[in-house]
Amino acid sequence: MKQFYHSIYSWVDERLGLGEMIALAKHKTVPWHAQSFWYYWGGLSLLFFLVQAFTGVLLLVYYRPGPEAYESVRQITYDTNFGWLIRSLHSWGANLMVAAVGIHMFSVFFMKAYRNPREFGWWSGLGLMGLAMVFGFSGYLLPMDELAFFATKVGLDIPSQFPVLGPKIAALVRGGLEVNEYTVQRFFALHVVVLPALFLPLLGFHLFLVQKHGNAVPPSEELKPAAERRSIPFFPNFMMKDLAVWLIAINLLALVAALFPWELGPQADPLKPAPLGIHPEWYFMSQFQVLKVLGDWIPGTAGEFVGMGLFTVALIAWLLVPLYDTATAGGRRARNATYFGLLFLLAIIVTTIWGYLAL
Amino acid sequence: MNTPDFSLPPREQGAGNRRTFVRVAAGGIGLCYAAALGYPVYRYLESPVEKARTLEAVNEVTLPEARALPPGAALMFKFGSRPAMVIHHPDDQWVALIAVCTHLGCTVQYQGDKDRIYCACHGGVYNPRTGGNVSGPPPKPLERLEVKLSDNAVVVSRPPRTA
Repeated sequence: MKQFYHSIYSWVDERLGLGEMIALAKHKTVPWHAQSFWYYWGGLSLLFFLVQAFTGVLLLVYYRPGPEAYESVRQITYDTNFGWLIRSLHSWGANLMVAAVGIHMFSVFFMKAYRNPREFGWWSGLGLMGLAMVFGFSGYLLPMDELAFFATKVGLDIPSQFPVLGPKIAALVRGGLEVNEYTVQRFFALHVVVLPALFLPLLGFHLFLVQKHGNAVPPSEELKPAAERRSIPFFPNFMMKDLAVWLIAINLLALVAALFPWELGPQADPLKPAPLGIHPEWYFMSQFQVLKVLGDWIPGTAGEFVGMGLFTVALIAWLLVPLYDTATAGGRRARNATYFGLLFLLAIIVTTIWGYLAL
Repeated sequence: MNTPDFSLPPREQGAGNRRTFVRVAAGGIGLCYAAALGYPVYRYLESPVEKARTLEAVNEVTLPEARALPPGAALMFKFGSRPAMVIHHPDDQWVALIAVCTHLGCTVQYQGDKDRIYCACHGGVYNPRTGGNVSGPPPKPLERLEVKLSDNAVVVSRPPRTA
């Protein structure tokens, strides 16, 4: 029997070079230091993405876009065995994925893992986060309940404030002048075909870069002499730790999804007024609050203009950080980028909390 | 004073057992996870099958529209989830059958002019009065249903089980 397995293995090995991959995995090491905890968050983001893909395909089995959207989600939630659980896992998984991606991004920022030669890792990561947010925005509409309807309505009204092109773009995305069954249909196409087709190759590129350059060490580690730096083998040591963290994350997701099943609100009705205290998902709360406040200070569409301008400038500065924060460890310029990151993080946290308090 | 013995047991005694125990435990926990994941997914995908089985459990169908069926004609209807036919023969005999060919499951048709039930898939022929398989590949007769006539409907029911 052992002989038989061996002959199959060597047949495959000859053609795919499994031996080389194993040798590569054995040589790969992961730096081990006080900040190594943050290395788990990229893997966690990947785990939640896999959960989304798996539960998403399951939901696709029963979901019907278009005029029947709400009814099909009602059937999934109430008439199908464990449908409530699959849907709850998908909704909770989406939120946890955005959270994991956010933590991953800020840890990469503060560990300065975006510096030469990892600039493309930073940019592809930001691209993945942007896609994840569009995933979230488009998926939020699909159940077509009241909250989904108004969240999408408000979300699409923001770009339509811009003169000339704004209303045209919003109408095109919406498939009409109001959110309707065509909006659901095209958000569905976006959510299950277009976005995965963009996300998967970009994710492959991102993971390839991680493999190529290995884990970055924070400046505090760079200052240490080489002899004092420690590392552990990727296989099996780090992989086992990574899998243990995945197991904890899966248990946590299963727990919240089962104990706090995601609700389905009443069916969207364009003739009903918006429910009081309506607000977007937490990861859009910060922008929502900034626009609201600027709208109060600067009346009219000018407020939104200033807000969108502010977001654009911040986003560009964030995107280009590998180009202006090029100094090696401890330098004055490096510290400026850290202050910018802290300010950005603080602004997001403060406006998010403010947003919830102002509801 | 006696110091307790903290040294590891000799490899050949303890280590092997511990290793086996950890392997079996990890494998067992892995199986539990696979089951906890697989069971809801299986039940989720199986939902429509379960609903169809509930439908299958139907025992009687009332067909008001069949009462006006002219002699020499047949009406297709759903008995549970399966297609069935009720035939009004020219001599006023009423016959109802499950219209699923016993060969490979195609839906059969009543051909009044040839006085036969025919399956277009592989040319199976059945007797339109008894459902008996006459010629072609079908191995068994068609399943018979009972017919009762009321003033304004034809009532088709599952025959009482015979031993």
